[in-house]
Amino acid sequence: MKVSEVARILNAKILCCEHRLHEEVTSAFGADMMSDVLAFMNEHTLLLTGLVNPHVIRTAEMLELRAIVFVRGKEVPEEILERAKEQEIVLLATDKTLYTSCGLLYATGLPECRRK
Amino acid sequence: MFVQTFPIVRGDFDTAGEASSKIKNMLKKLGISPKIVREVAITAYEMELNLVIHSLGGELKLEVRPKSIELTAKDDGPGIEDIKLALKEGYSTASESVRNMGFGAGMGLPNVVRHCHNFHIESELNKGTLIKAGYSLDEKED
Repeated sequence: MKVSEVARILNAKILCCEHRLHEEVTSAFGADMMSDVLAFMNEHTLLLTGLVNPHVIRTAEMLELRAIVFVRGKEVPEEILERAKEQEIVLLATDKTLYTSCGLLYATGLPECRRK
Repeated sequence: MFVQTFPIVRGDFDTAGEASSKIKNMLKKLGISPKIVREVAITAYEMELNLVIHSLGGELKLEVRPKSIELTAKDDGPGIEDIKLALKEGYSTASESVRNMGFGAGMGLPNVVRHCHNFHIESELNKGTLIKAGYSLDEKED
């Protein structure tokens, strides 16, 4: 699924890196614990999280993630946007909860991320 | 051989991840395969976070040889009381404030084990911990 399609389904605001909306994600993972994200995700996975701090971007950098969705209408500070731009990671923000966001994406056929 | 050591300061969450980011970029520049770069980056990040969260301070070392890469995390204490328990998924001694930052899920060391080819750990209470994660560059790509 293209990241642009994720944004449409979640009625999400595109916060940065619009030029990478064409990137494909093949699975998704919802978590607020970055340790779990590091354990479960791969580079083709979409991360959905309610945690908003610079460590989310650092974690995404290590995993080479293409896109992150911040859920529950969280405000995303400029510092995080700047870091994401440096790494060319698309940031999306939705007012929907983690549960609803994951549910909507799952219903379209986007599967969970399987651990390696 | 290419060697670089990064000092890691206890509790410094502002810079946590910087060493791993540098390691990742160095390996990319050295032309290491993207798959290995990603695995080493994840391991380095977990090791770096462990040093920030749990140690009194220490260092993260990257060694790149023609056929292998080794990451070493060495600290000045406090040492791990029960290594077997520390390697168990979900076991964590991290504080509430660390958990609020998204860490301390008890996945750090198991993640290191999962993302390297060779793993070594030794620890002595009140002395320190030494962790090595090795990668062979001979393995065929997927």
